[in-house]
Amino acid sequence: MFELIGIPPQALFGQLLLGLINGSFYAILSLGLAVIFGLLNIINFAHGAQYMLGAFVAWMLLNYLGIGYWWALLIVPLVVGAFGIVLERLMIARLYHLDHLYGLLLTFGLALIIQGLLRNQYGISGLPYSIPPQLSGGQNLGFMFLPNYRGWVVVASLIVCVGTWFVIEKTRLGAYLRAATENPTLVGAFGINVPRMITLTYGFGVALAAFAGVLAAPVYSVNPNMGADLIIVVFAVVVIGGMGSILGSIVTGFSLGLIEGLTKVFYPEASSVVIFVIMAIVLLVKPAGLFGRAA
Amino acid sequence: MASLSGAEAAVATKTADAAGSAPLLSVRDLEAWYGESHVLHGVTFDVRAGEVVTLLGRNGAGKTTTLKSIMGILPKRKGSVTFEGREMMHLPARHVARAGIAFCPEERGIFASLDVEENLMLPPEVKPGGMSVEQIFELFPNLKERLSSQGTKLSGGEQQMLAIGRILRTGAKMLLLDEPTEGLAPVIIQQIGRTIARLKEEGFTIVLVEQNFRFASTVADRHYVVEQGKVVDMIQNGELDANIGKIEAYLGV
Amino acid sequence: MADATDTGNTGIAAQQAGAIPTAPGMPRHHAAIFLALLAAGLAAPFFLYPVFVMKVMCFALFACAFNLLLGYTGLLSFGHAAYFGSASYVSAHAAKVWGLPPELAILCGVGAAVVLGLAIGALAIRRQGIYFAMVTLAFAQMVFFFSVQAPFTGGEDGIQAVPRGHLFGLISLRSDFTLYFVVLAIALGGMLAIYRIIHSPFGQVLKAIRENEPRAVSLGYRVNRYKLATFVLSAGFAGLAGATKAIVFQLASLTDVHWSMSGEVVLMTLIGGMGTVFGPLVGAAVIVTMQNYLATMGAWVTIIQGTIFVVTVLLFREGIVGVIAKWMKRTL
Repeated sequence: MFELIGIPPQALFGQLLLGLINGSFYAILSLGLAVIFGLLNIINFAHGAQYMLGAFVAWMLLNYLGIGYWWALLIVPLVVGAFGIVLERLMIARLYHLDHLYGLLLTFGLALIIQGLLRNQYGISGLPYSIPPQLSGGQNLGFMFLPNYRGWVVVASLIVCVGTWFVIEKTRLGAYLRAATENPTLVGAFGINVPRMITLTYGFGVALAAFAGVLAAPVYSVNPNMGADLIIVVFAVVVIGGMGSILGSIVTGFSLGLIEGLTKVFYPEASSVVIFVIMAIVLLVKPAGLFGRAA
Repeated sequence: MASLSGAEAAVATKTADAAGSAPLLSVRDLEAWYGESHVLHGVTFDVRAGEVVTLLGRNGAGKTTTLKSIMGILPKRKGSVTFEGREMMHLPARHVARAGIAFCPEERGIFASLDVEENLMLPPEVKPGGMSVEQIFELFPNLKERLSSQGTKLSGGEQQMLAIGRILRTGAKMLLLDEPTEGLAPVIIQQIGRTIARLKEEGFTIVLVEQNFRFASTVADRHYVVEQGKVVDMIQNGELDANIGKIEAYLGV
Repeated sequence: MADATDTGNTGIAAQQAGAIPTAPGMPRHHAAIFLALLAAGLAAPFFLYPVFVMKVMCFALFACAFNLLLGYTGLLSFGHAAYFGSASYVSAHAAKVWGLPPELAILCGVGAAVVLGLAIGALAIRRQGIYFAMVTLAFAQMVFFFSVQAPFTGGEDGIQAVPRGHLFGLISLRSDFTLYFVVLAIALGGMLAIYRIIHSPFGQVLKAIRENEPRAVSLGYRVNRYKLATFVLSAGFAGLAGATKAIVFQLASLTDVHWSMSGEVVLMTLIGGMGTVFGPLVGAAVIVTMQNYLATMGAWVTIIQGTIFVVTVLLFREGIVGVIAKWMKRTL
């Protein structure tokens, strides 16, 4: 079969793996955006910067405090999530009574500040972060060579995404979140502290982004621009998937990553724009998005 | 104007005399706004523990607004609302709920993204002594069979039972029910009437908003008539028949 | 079509308290300001560097074009650099490679922006509110990636040494001084044209759509047609700004299509005053001046711009001209 396509299997599966890794990041980030948007009705433009911040904090933990990768996976989301909570309480919460677009503008400004500060401090060339020794090396699968760390990225992303989906769709906590997304006033009238739920949800979404940043640190070099271009693609992913469904965001993220990888094999020049082209098609055919809730 | 406030004062006195003890809920000169629109112009009434009291009136009289103001859902309000002696006026809704008041909205508010069981279990316990799930199934056997259905797939009557059932779990002592019989078949309406009677036996205090005063007469102890954002009259249930002409005039029937 | 989370009618541009006047002719205070601008414009090159003022004028036109969409129709396009930058590239190419005189080169640039605006606009208006913003941003990024790869744009280097040429084949524009008055005419003309559009019956419909879209639909207006028309007009004028800028600086580069350029025009409009007539001009002047002074500070420009965004959104949503207008109790 591979002779028919004319591409050696290593190249094909190598690109598919890279696509799957990109898809992992698309999935985690669009999931975080969807969770935040569902309850807050705000598009968190700072999401890319918070992902980048996650990578930087992991790097700082290693280089300033000698704290390694595995602890970073735990500490970084908590630290950056807490930072997100401060942002929400101090600034974002003041905009809830206004048009949603102000939230977009505010978080855009925050993204510029975060990016600018880090660029000022660390420049634009990337900082290296090495793969943790337990995950170095790889497996020879016959049709391709699977680097252990990259396999780990995909597995960890799946665990986090499925775990989040499970909590939201199947647990009591998730029921509170889903109900508050539908009718926050009534949920408040039952005695539930909705503003606190909103704050914690934003913190959780930010923590998801930061977690992705830690995963990304050994794969892409840690640099202040790593979030900006990524977040725009994630926006396209979100428009394609529609933000109505958690599962939809996850599936769309992974699938688009795979499609991007495939495009790189067969038509490399188009790979950076294929997701936008798909977005154009979806807008023509199903504007609410593939998993969108209306019409 | 003077005569109206005189009537209100008369109403309040009638209640206090009838009570002999401090009322559970005391609403005084409640005013409320929807944006710029001044909807309540000074609502005054009392509810004693264990009573079932209805707010009767035409569409737009301000009955639902009154309930929402008591519950703290309406942001722009003024006046006094005391529950168990505590002033509730400037508390956010979640604190009103935690004081022991529960709200069942007119549109029922069943969450579409939750199944029936999740809808039922959603309101947290605010006070000890709420009904158990088994007791709720006794009241509303239909719910037991439909636990895993998606919330809004239930019929209107089932949704109403779910909306009432879920607030019974919380331990709230006072229930605010907004038009529970609206749009329901007579058989279901009777069931709801029996439920309210049963709840009264269990010691709940209920404030009911109703347009269907015949239904109201089967369950309530007293009726307040609300007109243009004010309470204009109070009628004991026993005296309802004697005043039927007056009531029909109020309701524009 | 719209999902429940979209808000078609938005409060974002309902900053202006006053009604848009429909009386024929401009209200006197607006006419006075335009005349003052003309006078200042004519005098400026004698006191300030002409290239600097030309830069301000190009960006003022860009911001006014953007404001047509945001301030008056309530649509936030987060990818307006696509039209500014593509016009810049086409105009540069037309002048340098095809040898067209500057007025025709600029026209080509505008044409490219209009076509792009039509294509992107037709797709983007299928969503509303936040989704609309994200879609426009995504498409602009597509234009950016295309510009990085396409041969004619020169990639990282851009198109350099664009000839200023001879206006109408007669007047050499090599002198900054001469070019200045051409650019003044273009910018002021463009702003006046935008003013006319806003204060026409067409503009009244835009206002109705911005304030209560469902009601406009129920009144029978083909709302999507109006939105698309405004989008194309906005893209066209943005293109005019970009095409002119390419001739002035004799350069078209990736900066012109980058998302940071899209963000800057939003910032100019926001800080100047959304939905005001003269706000975008003031905002452009402020931001261009600031960039000029901070050019040596690298990343600090980004930090400061981000801070201005945050502070303006939280505390200062009417913008500079909005605050002045409120104080003077007139529409500005």
